[in-house]
Amino acid sequence: MTLALNVFTIVAVVLGLVFFLAGTVGLLRFPDTLTRLHALTKADNLGLGLVVLGLLPQVAWPFGGLKLIALWLLALLAGATVGPLLGHAVWTHARGREPPP
Amino acid sequence: MSLALAADAGLALLILGLAVWTTIARTAFGAVIGFMAYGFLVALVWVRLAAVDVALTEAALGSGLTGVLLLGAAARLPRDAAAARPGWGLRLAAGVVSAAVAAGLAAVVLLLPVPGPTLAPVATATLPTLGLGNPVTGVLIAYRAIDTLLESVVLVLALIGLWSLARDEDWGGRPDALRAANPGAALVLLAQVLPPLGLLVGVHLFWTGAIAPGGAFQGGTVLAAMWVLTLVAGLTRPPRVGGRGVRLLLVAGPALFLAIGVAGFWLGGAFLAYPAADAKPLILAIEAALTLSIAVALGLLLAGPPGARE
Amino acid sequence: MSSVTLFGLCGAALVGLGLFGLIVQPGVLRKILAFNLLGSGVLLLFGVIARRGAAAGIGSDPVPQALIITALVVAFAATVLAVALLRRLVQETGRDSLDTDG
Repeated sequence: MTLALNVFTIVAVVLGLVFFLAGTVGLLRFPDTLTRLHALTKADNLGLGLVVLGLLPQVAWPFGGLKLIALWLLALLAGATVGPLLGHAVWTHARGREPPP
Repeated sequence: MSLALAADAGLALLILGLAVWTTIARTAFGAVIGFMAYGFLVALVWVRLAAVDVALTEAALGSGLTGVLLLGAAARLPRDAAAARPGWGLRLAAGVVSAAVAAGLAAVVLLLPVPGPTLAPVATATLPTLGLGNPVTGVLIAYRAIDTLLESVVLVLALIGLWSLARDEDWGGRPDALRAANPGAALVLLAQVLPPLGLLVGVHLFWTGAIAPGGAFQGGTVLAAMWVLTLVAGLTRPPRVGGRGVRLLLVAGPALFLAIGVAGFWLGGAFLAYPAADAKPLILAIEAALTLSIAVALGLLLAGPPGARE
Repeated sequence: MSSVTLFGLCGAALVGLGLFGLIVQPGVLRKILAFNLLGSGVLLLFGVIARRGAAAGIGSDPVPQALIITALVVAFAATVLAVALLRRLVQETGRDSLDTDG
């Protein structure tokens, strides 16, 4: 059982790291701010989610696990806030006026 | 080379790279972004140096609140006001001087005495009688309480200095510079969802500071950050700087600290001495009042001097 | 070389970098940033000394740790004052550098 959990942890964390790697490559290679933003939030949402999921069997339940999940939810909230703000800034900067509501 | 050392070397290289970027970036805005990232990585270094209390302070205050302050300043700089950079001669001389200072410090680091001197046994000797489990809180509130008392006064003095920079016609008004002109739905939602959670984290940091990393400064900083978030989103307005309530809140922490310190002459036999029987409740009362005053002071420091919006 | 020494050398380099930026950068905000880097390097050196003073079952001497926390708070207060002075400078002169002849 422990072996299975450990394998699960390794697989999930490695998969999460792949998303982070892809997100970083996208951040460096994509042509404009909006696509780069997409790459970054994808890494944060899915990559961090998979890392947290993988670490869940390794921490004390319930408080350790709940803290990890809260961490992921906070990162989601931050990403969901920064995305629209940056998008709004890009739109305004490119066109010189406010976007429609 | 062990794995931990390799990871630490990578961390140190990242920090140095970000510091170089902060120093030579083309725009002030870019430099500030570099500095914020630098601060968060330095917080990781504090964890590696077994100083978790410092790491919390660095992440919340040294990087977070300072970053907000510097970003605001960078956004308001005049665009075409870049002054001429100094000539090659001065830059070379500055480089030589800086390298010499750095080399001297590096030599000091390499020649530090082994084993390193320590005050840990002395500083922690009284912890059990105080009912504290976190040695850093013990130093802040008991062993070197006078430093902490003066520091809480420094925040009030800094605020007086900041307010005195207001123009005469603005005096007594609200420091409104933080409010975003057009916060947008996402920011307003964040300012509605996050503060209850942040409030919980801030109070938890203050409460757990007695036995685990945390304390008045870390908790107060998180509370201040939540307040500032609602200020930026325009959900709350900063108080008038002339108001009596805000001034009472500002001095409550230092005043209670000072009062209990003076009472120590009768109760414990010396200034800032705690009576053995009631040490824990007294310390908690001081920490609670300090947390509140620090949160208000930090928030008002970020809000800037009273005056019309720029 | 141990990690502690490594971070000590890192702190020494940061002090040098901050000093360089403080002298060379003309803009006031850049000088404030450089000064913060310098201060951060000094605190890192202090943290290394704290780590070397680990004793009594504590990973790092609590006395320097408490002083570093104090220093971080005071540094924030000083930065606030510096930024406020910069804003007044921009308001009064429209420029963000201290050059008197430019």
